Amino acid sequence: MTAPAPAIELVGISKAFGPVQANKDISIRVMPGTIHGIIGENGAGKSTLMSILYGFYKADAGEVFINGQKTEIPDSQAAIAAGIGMVFQHFKLVENFTVLENVILGVEDGFLLRPSLTKARKELKQLSEEYELHVDPDAVIEEIGVGMQQRVEILKALYRQADILILDEPTGVLTPAEADQLFRILGRLREEGKTIILITHKLREIMEITDTVSVMRRGEMTATVKTAETDPAQLAELMVGRKVLLQVDKVPAKPGDVILDVQNLNVTDAQGVHRVKNVSFNIRAGEILGIAGVAGNGQSELLEVLGGYEKGTGTITVNGQPIDLTGKYSDGQSRRKRGIAHVPEDRQREGLVMNFSAWENTAFGYHSDPRYQKNVLFMDHAAIKADTAEKMERFDVRPPNPLLAAKNFSGGNQQKIVVAREIERNPDVLLIGQPTRGVDIGAIEFIHKQIVALRDQGKAILLVSVELDEIMSLSDRIAVMFDGRIMGERLPQDTNVQELGLLMAGVQGDAA
Amino acid sequence: MDLLAFFDIAVLDGTVRLGVPLLLACLAGLFSERAGIFDIGLEGKMLISAFLAAGVSFTTGSVWLGLIAGIMASVVLSLLHGLASITFRGNQLISGVAINFFASGITVVAAQAWFGEGGRTPSLSGAARFESIQFPGALTRIRDIAKADLPMKVYSELLSGHTIIVYLCILIVPFVWWTLYRTRFGLRLRAVGENPGAVDTAGISVYRMRYSAVIICGVLCGLAGAYLSTGLQAGFVREMTAGRGYIALAALIFAKWRPWQALGATMLFGYLQALAIRPDILERAIGIRVQTQVLDALPYVLTVIVLAGFVGKAIPPRAGGEAYVKER
Repeated sequence: MTAPAPAIELVGISKAFGPVQANKDISIRVMPGTIHGIIGENGAGKSTLMSILYGFYKADAGEVFINGQKTEIPDSQAAIAAGIGMVFQHFKLVENFTVLENVILGVEDGFLLRPSLTKARKELKQLSEEYELHVDPDAVIEEIGVGMQQRVEILKALYRQADILILDEPTGVLTPAEADQLFRILGRLREEGKTIILITHKLREIMEITDTVSVMRRGEMTATVKTAETDPAQLAELMVGRKVLLQVDKVPAKPGDVILDVQNLNVTDAQGVHRVKNVSFNIRAGEILGIAGVAGNGQSELLEVLGGYEKGTGTITVNGQPIDLTGKYSDGQSRRKRGIAHVPEDRQREGLVMNFSAWENTAFGYHSDPRYQKNVLFMDHAAIKADTAEKMERFDVRPPNPLLAAKNFSGGNQQKIVVAREIERNPDVLLIGQPTRGVDIGAIEFIHKQIVALRDQGKAILLVSVELDEIMSLSDRIAVMFDGRIMGERLPQDTNVQELGLLMAGVQGDAA
Repeated sequence: MDLLAFFDIAVLDGTVRLGVPLLLACLAGLFSERAGIFDIGLEGKMLISAFLAAGVSFTTGSVWLGLIAGIMASVVLSLLHGLASITFRGNQLISGVAINFFASGITVVAAQAWFGEGGRTPSLSGAARFESIQFPGALTRIRDIAKADLPMKVYSELLSGHTIIVYLCILIVPFVWWTLYRTRFGLRLRAVGENPGAVDTAGISVYRMRYSAVIICGVLCGLAGAYLSTGLQAGFVREMTAGRGYIALAALIFAKWRPWQALGATMLFGYLQALAIRPDILERAIGIRVQTQVLDALPYVLTVIVLAGFVGKAIPPRAGGEAYVKER
């Protein structure tokens, strides 16, 4: 009896970008009707490999077999013809087109649009019933949520008759409920005989849905195993190349006096939307308060007011002294002088200037530091560079080169630069938003350790994250925000993901 | 005050004549910018076409050959812009400005070398020029028209007596609209200006779409330029485009990159230009003497008002002005 041909077989794929070997002699077999996970840290070469499979890059060496047939894939057109569909991390959708227009783009049936649209509408209806991919064909992309946008991407691939579906970090933008729904859809697709490749750096997803998993590290495929025969600790070790602590190791908090006290904070944004509604909380010394919630429920605005770049009303005191919420002293500079350091949620937009070098970025917010001044007129660049080099050393930023532009570091190392800049100032209060978004597992462990270490030094830490696991493992107390309000406070040891999930969805737990 | 003077037939007739080159240039810009290539070089392309159309028409005695030459010259500049901004991913504004400077200089130098008349072409007449088409029974002499009743005036002056390009222009707006919103080409064109990544991953060549768009832009600019020197005027004079390329860009923003609105915007701006050459009519209409410079400035003032968001929001194509680079 002969085994069926693998849906995808890659043999000896290599690809270099200049001196960087992104893929080294990679071979992989994916059987039809399975979900195959590819896991690895950022920059391990997962995306490059998939881009080769989708015709974005040409491999320097190696062969691709689709359903046992040797296939050349010089461009996306060829990939589509070979039955490969790809759902990119950043969706490739035309924002002001309707769902239907996006689906037919590139596979129109003729010169006129109308027949294609009519046909696609019918087929879409069928597909959405078959796979529970519910979308409104006439909705405009920019007006629908990311969950639905992702379903449109999957429909696009299915409409192109894809039998092989590649998903690149699909859950990065989804809420836990949306991710569950996506996994249900992927399960349906597997039942129908589709082959799915799931690229992710989240171990939990791999364990939950895949049949087999390949691990990549530094451009090489280090292992391919059956998911049932492995466990998260082993995968993490294969990814990073050393043992990794998946649980945050911390001693019970010894909270001291109240450091940060927020009373009746209200924020209305430029569009006139009431974002933060009567929020009150406090954080004591040596304590981490985690704010959980689905993105867009006022957490960002809360951080922005505390960080000094959004206006609000209410009372905020640090060590008993009120800070200005409006006027001349309500900016980031003044906040830092009062001992509030801030690691913003979006490091690329708010935390760093991507085109500036690491040392320039390290000076941001602390320009007036006397150590950075040569004299009244000039800054001491050499001193800043030396200081940056030390920080990079201590925070294990790779490569430890202060002259390199921020954009040339990987996500995890960029985040370390920002965290190093803020933590090394020894602040009384640390505001930290999405500390590990898009950060690889090794760096997550490191950043978590730093946050806990700062807590143990008796600092007050406000942690905002959409990752419930992170909130659960780091926080000493958890507050859940929904629609601008704090729905309730819980202690991590007395609650669970289900209860927090209900609060995040706006269901008041106390009443039940 | 005689508000009816605003609807003076001569001014309306002038609106059509002056609005047509604006409309053609505006639609040229529409194709290019909808595909994500900003084109500040409409002016230069019109200018080179105006010159070559007049020069070739005069030399060969055929305005059609002149028209073809003008369009070809304009397309060549378009391809240059495409090469700089699509293939070499250069800055689209700089490339456009360079084209404008180049056209402004080369037309005068070449005209001087060719005809030796101080950077202009000789006057065109007969078959070297687009003749006005007279409708049957239309009055041609100004004296007769002045004495005629209103329907006859409208028929003879406003409707009759334009060149073939003007009449073709009536068809072009619905055609552009249809192409943009009802055809596969239009869908892909709009997509490539909004999100080239989506087009690329759908297996369509971003380069080919964008080059098609700049070529169409070149053809329409060429048509506009040729009309200036062989239809509206009889010959080329230096800088004869007189900022029309920029007014067309303003109209494009005013119209928020949509074809029917482009017709409205260019006709409004054409009307202002027509009014500017007849200050007497404006004075009769509002009873105050207005400097023509004020009228000349009005298209820009109106565009700034639109841009400032007083009349809804003008959102340019999202990928406009950016070269497409495949990302990992």
